Amino acid sequence: MDRRRFFRILGAGGLLGLLKAKAQGLPWTEETFAPTKTLGAPLSEYGERSPFEAEVVRYISPNLRTRHSGADFAPLERLEGVITPNGLHFERHHAGVPQVDPKYYRLVIHGMVERPLVFTLEELKRFPSVTRTYFIECAGNGQNGYRNPPDPNLTATRSRGLASNASWTGVPLALLLKEAGVKPGAKWLIPEGMDAAMYTRSLPLEKAMEDVLVAYAQNGEALRPEQGYPVRLVVPGWEGSIQVKWLRRILVTDLPAMAKDETSEYTDVMADGRVLAFTWVMDPESIITYPSGLQQIKPGFHEIRGLAWSGHGRITKVEISFDEGRTWREAALEPPVERYAFVRFKMPWYWDGKEVVLWSRAWDERGNTQPTREEFFKKWGRNNRYHYNAIQAWRVLPDGRVVNGDRPLGGQASGPAGGCGGEVFDV
Amino acid sequence: MFRRALLALALAGLAVGARYQLGTPITEELAAQYDLRPVVLPDGRGLPPGEGKVAEGERIYAEKCASCHGARGEGYPFNRLVSEPFPITPDTEPVEYAIGNYWQYPTTLFDYIRRAMPFGQEGTLTDEEVYHLVAFLLYMNGITEADTPINQKTLPTIRMPARELLDLDPETKRRFPWLTLP
Repeated sequence: MDRRRFFRILGAGGLLGLLKAKAQGLPWTEETFAPTKTLGAPLSEYGERSPFEAEVVRYISPNLRTRHSGADFAPLERLEGVITPNGLHFERHHAGVPQVDPKYYRLVIHGMVERPLVFTLEELKRFPSVTRTYFIECAGNGQNGYRNPPDPNLTATRSRGLASNASWTGVPLALLLKEAGVKPGAKWLIPEGMDAAMYTRSLPLEKAMEDVLVAYAQNGEALRPEQGYPVRLVVPGWEGSIQVKWLRRILVTDLPAMAKDETSEYTDVMADGRVLAFTWVMDPESIITYPSGLQQIKPGFHEIRGLAWSGHGRITKVEISFDEGRTWREAALEPPVERYAFVRFKMPWYWDGKEVVLWSRAWDERGNTQPTREEFFKKWGRNNRYHYNAIQAWRVLPDGRVVNGDRPLGGQASGPAGGCGGEVFDV
Repeated sequence: MFRRALLALALAGLAVGARYQLGTPITEELAAQYDLRPVVLPDGRGLPPGEGKVAEGERIYAEKCASCHGARGEGYPFNRLVSEPFPITPDTEPVEYAIGNYWQYPTTLFDYIRRAMPFGQEGTLTDEEVYHLVAFLLYMNGITEADTPINQKTLPTIRMPARELLDLDPETKRRFPWLTLP
């Protein structure tokens, strides 16, 4: 589209929009447009968002069996940029959110080390610090994609909202391990949380020495309690469930624990019948957040917006298809494009009012991309619960309604069985 | 860049043997005291003394577990603990993933029950009670006989049918060639 025509469309849309608003009798008047004539609110010690934004909240499934072990979703289509605000970061915990007084916080590192050590929070903060932006994604993100036929009421939130992105500050775990002196023969760390379930996982020492953070801050302030206050692990690019929150102890040892959440959960049932363990790295993902499921759009100009990320490395490209994968156009990536972090992609688009299906797929620096649903289920089992990263389709109907555009798979009806996504359907 | 910086830091540290001298050294005995619900490894390390009996387990199960997992482990409102087929197949619905047909390591049972059960009263079971429950659940799942003793020595040697299905993620194999499943 040539530039001039583009701007003419923009101008027309803006003016028309204003006239239409008046015609529809929306309560906008010169009085409402005037500045306030009384004093506004005074200074406040901790800022709250506008009351008009109160409906932007995490999605909690109405079908949960308990709210003390489950997950809620970040409202992806209501957010801009790449940083997930702290109050909207998705949650997943196994026995509620413990309240930990930082005065009494301790981290113990012991086992196959020269010097078992105990750290206070103050001591952890005295170490050289690192601040990096990383996504955290639940292994069960995308779980609604296992539903067949697809859920017509799917939103971007319920499709991929078990992922969030924040700037994390902490001490590299490598520094703490060096302080304790890892003994030869040690290969594994068993981090443990101080929640009631004393959640544990097994983490290879090699990854810990590479880039794992013992984090105490999230987007500049202390971690939120539901993100592990005062201290959690951040394991860049790997499934969220290994990033132990409310960290109290790290056992250094030579065997993995084969804990419940790396054996009977967070293992993957493949189409060939094998069950895969330690599927740690999160495959590439992208989700168009605008326009997306249950939104309503009008003909004219729109900026298609979305988020992409990969646990394998930097996102190199995001493509959008308007014809179910026959042709692809490259979207713009908004810098900085950081490794293991959300990237915002965008594409200017003029909607002509005809029905259309939008697809997006992300590529990472290792050459990985997202499969179609059909390709995904050739490899992964229909009854698996985790690591769904197939392309999400959105169908824009002629009346401007946007609905789930995923194709049904044929064969058995199925649905997510709860798990970390927490949504239970009768199928 | 972060990785390079970290590596440089680690190497510089190793070269001069420098540490930050932060944190308080403790004895492994004291660390063990903080180890309230010790990790149980698949080779049995971390298992306490004691022995589980099916009849005792049945009694404790009825009292402390049945309200969530069903009178005979059939589930509802929470996870099913006993189910068919043995082991699971790709057609088995996730709601049927239970101990006998999906759990791959017997030691996980002890570790998890002691660590995180009963939901809402975590950490209240004695080691002896945990052994009884493990004995009962393995028996209910057809893994052991009613008189199989469950203790430090025997538990790690019990073979779970689902272990045959378990394999390493190919990406994990590629990145950590030394890694094997116990």
